Amino acid sequence: MNSDVTDFASLAPAYPEMILAIGAVVLLMLGVGINKERSALVSWLAIVLLAVVGLVVILQPTDAVLFNGLFISDAFARYMKVLVIGGAGLALILSMSNAVENGVHKFEYSVLALLATLGMMIMVSAHDLMSLYVGLELQSLALYVMAAIKRDDSRASEAGLKYFVLGALSSGMLLYGASLVYGFTGHTNLAEIVVAISNEGRSIGLIFGVVFLLAGVAFKISAVPFHMWTPDVYEGAPTPVTAFFAMAPKVAAMTLMIRLTMDSFAPITRDWQQIIIFLSIASMVLAAFAAIGQRSLKRLIAYSSIGHVGFALVGLSSGTQVGVEGVAIYMAIYVTMTVGFFACLLSLRTANGYVESIEDLAGAAQRRPFVAAIMAIVMFSLIGLPPLAGFFAKWHVFVAAIEAHLYLLSVIGVLASAVSAFYYLRIIKVMYFDEPMHEFAAVPAELNVIMAVSGFLVVAYYFVVGSPLANLAHTAAGSLF
Amino acid sequence: MTFENSILTIITWLPVVGAAILLFTPRTSVNAIRWMALIVTVVVFVLSLALWQSFDPSNPGFQFVVNMPWIGDSIGYRVGVDGISVLFVVLTALLMPAAVIASWEVETRVKEYMIVFLVLETLMIGVFTTLDLAMFYVFFEGTLLPMFLIIGIWGGSARIQASYKFFFYTFIGSVLMLLAMMAMYWDAGTTDITRLLTHQFPAGMQTWLWLAFFASLAVKMPMWPFHRWLPEAHVQAPTAGSVILAAILLKLGGYGFLRFSLPMFPDASDMFADFVFVLSVAAIIITSMVALVQTDIKKLIAYSSVAHMGFVTMGIFAGNALGIQGAMFQMISHGIVSGALFLCVGVIYDRMHTREISAYGGLVERMPQYAFAFMVFTMANVGLPGTSGFVGEFLTMIGVFQVNTWVAFFAAFGVIFSACYALWLYRRVIFGALTKDSLRGILDLNLREKLVLYPLLVLTVVFGFYPAPILDTTAAAVNNLVTQYATATGVDPAVARAEAQVQLDHAAPSGEGEAAGEAPAEPAAAH
Repeated sequence: MNSDVTDFASLAPAYPEMILAIGAVVLLMLGVGINKERSALVSWLAIVLLAVVGLVVILQPTDAVLFNGLFISDAFARYMKVLVIGGAGLALILSMSNAVENGVHKFEYSVLALLATLGMMIMVSAHDLMSLYVGLELQSLALYVMAAIKRDDSRASEAGLKYFVLGALSSGMLLYGASLVYGFTGHTNLAEIVVAISNEGRSIGLIFGVVFLLAGVAFKISAVPFHMWTPDVYEGAPTPVTAFFAMAPKVAAMTLMIRLTMDSFAPITRDWQQIIIFLSIASMVLAAFAAIGQRSLKRLIAYSSIGHVGFALVGLSSGTQVGVEGVAIYMAIYVTMTVGFFACLLSLRTANGYVESIEDLAGAAQRRPFVAAIMAIVMFSLIGLPPLAGFFAKWHVFVAAIEAHLYLLSVIGVLASAVSAFYYLRIIKVMYFDEPMHEFAAVPAELNVIMAVSGFLVVAYYFVVGSPLANLAHTAAGSLF
Repeated sequence: MTFENSILTIITWLPVVGAAILLFTPRTSVNAIRWMALIVTVVVFVLSLALWQSFDPSNPGFQFVVNMPWIGDSIGYRVGVDGISVLFVVLTALLMPAAVIASWEVETRVKEYMIVFLVLETLMIGVFTTLDLAMFYVFFEGTLLPMFLIIGIWGGSARIQASYKFFFYTFIGSVLMLLAMMAMYWDAGTTDITRLLTHQFPAGMQTWLWLAFFASLAVKMPMWPFHRWLPEAHVQAPTAGSVILAAILLKLGGYGFLRFSLPMFPDASDMFADFVFVLSVAAIIITSMVALVQTDIKKLIAYSSVAHMGFVTMGIFAGNALGIQGAMFQMISHGIVSGALFLCVGVIYDRMHTREISAYGGLVERMPQYAFAFMVFTMANVGLPGTSGFVGEFLTMIGVFQVNTWVAFFAAFGVIFSACYALWLYRRVIFGALTKDSLRGILDLNLREKLVLYPLLVLTVVFGFYPAPILDTTAAAVNNLVTQYATATGVDPAVARAEAQVQLDHAAPSGEGEAAGEAPAEPAAAH
């Protein structure tokens, strides 16, 4: 087989990944070389590197398939890559303040985050079951270590171990599914799988393969019933790491889910649709009820993220371009809201350390009105209350579901969102209606900026973001059809 | 940018601009914040009067229309008002300054308070001015957010439960309406309300759409038995919150019925009309009797609101010009009267910090001006001829009488009951001997309170004797609606209108005979 890469210029679509890979290695060497006290420098350089990579992704001119079909760069991949890079970069910025208390002051943290991001970008661009797995594992291995980065802390170690064991299991399922798909279609390339399925029709072995593949990916997006690890890992890992987990990896895994279902398994839509609908309903309903009993803010946001994955899957289950557009918009808004939430969480520090339980937030509105206001906006938006961004996210996915006549799914979905309002409102209630208990420490400047930007985007979505984002998502989704 | 295409945008968004300015005002300059909020709301009111003044009542369609695509294919920026919505814009703009003045003595978190009220004003006006289905939902549902905070932060002792109840009742109803809107979007291919109004939905689909809209609108209205959230929300909300809730937020339900259920799902509306009549009559009779036994003044007025909204739903689903004109008038009138009644309660609550009826008595001795204002509003609430309350109830009952005599018969009992509870309330609070020591030092209305109550008082009486400004504004749009509805449900539209004409000329008493008589005189231009 001749390589389709003839010169350096033809590699252009893969420049972002290459820059990131080289940059990560350079920063690793730099980190080893410099004084331990100055590891913040590595973090800043990592953030700059991500910004550069993001810029290169945005400026990329053309669609291309590289490396004999292993790697694809299309509008969809670029859209999702920007989200991944944005999520990762923002999470790194969040980890800058009070890094020592959080145990993320080691330079390895930034390097691992970069490597995880590289893995996610490869996932997003994967056009072959092989590259898909490579990207997924690169991401996962880096994340396992990040979860346990605070190695003296028993909870963090536990989180890392749990994540590793269950993650390995899911990777195994995914590999098994990939081997079945390969066995029954004879191909690993996503484009060739489509052709094979269209020509030969579906077989029971193929369906098995699809089920295992989707189960593996469902674990990564933490859809019910593969969600067990999420609350424990979110709670156990240091908060900046949780923020990292909550954003970029979700986007990357959701991209995989979309690419597998919409691209390679498009001929058997009816078959995978059932799986996605089940995952979606189970995630929305379980998250809505399970979160009600939570005391810990991080567990609560873990269940919330499970629920939101369920809502995003509502869009995907329609199996239409409108649906993919909806998911793309949903993920962008989800990242915006999540970064706002974690910025608030990291801004509220009492004498006993970071705010962990919901009760600790009591009266935050009087002590820290700005943080509380952003938190309240994010919560209302997570409920999906108009006119905030979260509503428009839900609008786009449910519009797709209604178009596909998935009425039962839609009704269950909106009712689940009404139930979920209960626990989001409790946070607002505690902050605004209860009397203050704690004094809060000063808020670092960069967190203020992030909160302000995220709050502004959520509030002014209809005027500022909505239209361009919808256009971008439209182009992105269009490249899959 | 002409007056035509910018006035609605300015009226809608100006309050939010004010709120944004308040955001950057230091929280310690409390007076500046209050004045700022007052100025913004007054400017909006003046602009809304200019809007009403340049509104052409003979045109049954939408005016001041702006229509452009906005987010993707499904959401646009579309605004416009017709005879039905323009009055609600004015009503909202009228009551907001009153709410701000009534909140002058709020001392806790004044900055946030004024910000949420201004945001609420934008959302409420947006509901009435938007011509995009998705944006209607955005504004309609968006009102939950500030109202939840208003009840929860500045409310009474049981405010948390009340705010939750308010939120969940309305939210759960509304999400179903959201799905119905999406289904409408796919069926009609647009979210443009002007185009949806001419789109024919399949009969089978109409039933489901109607029910989904009903789930939301009936809770908002609120219709019996979906009204359980209302008394608590009213009792716990601060005075201005109650005023806005009763005067405007409840009207969103009626507006929704008029804007969507009746014209877009005429077959289903016709089918469910009897069902609505039953619920309306139940609301009128049952909640009136419940109001009779209340010991809390605010709760009593809240229940009376539910009863009065029963007349509105009854009039709307009568489906003829009289009924709908009456419902429109009743909503505007109730907005003024119930808003004023809650302001009246606020006056004595500010002084005595209790809303228990038994804590009062003999107030007329110390507060003659207050007793007078309270009396006028009570009479309007009862529906005494010569007050605005009478016109609406009367018109709706004639309208329903044409459709279903029994409904009108039972609804008439509501008028009697409302006289019972309202007059008895008045007697217990205002008359009798001033026996309670705590009341001896109570002061009469101060200038600020007079400034709020007297204009509303004048409006109540003026509209009672001369309802033409309201009826004329709505006439063309209502006639157009009635014609469409009658055509769709198989009644000869000319007959439906002619009947209305005759009834109006003969049945209306001297006060509004002239005014209402000329109301349907403009034939619907669309036909």
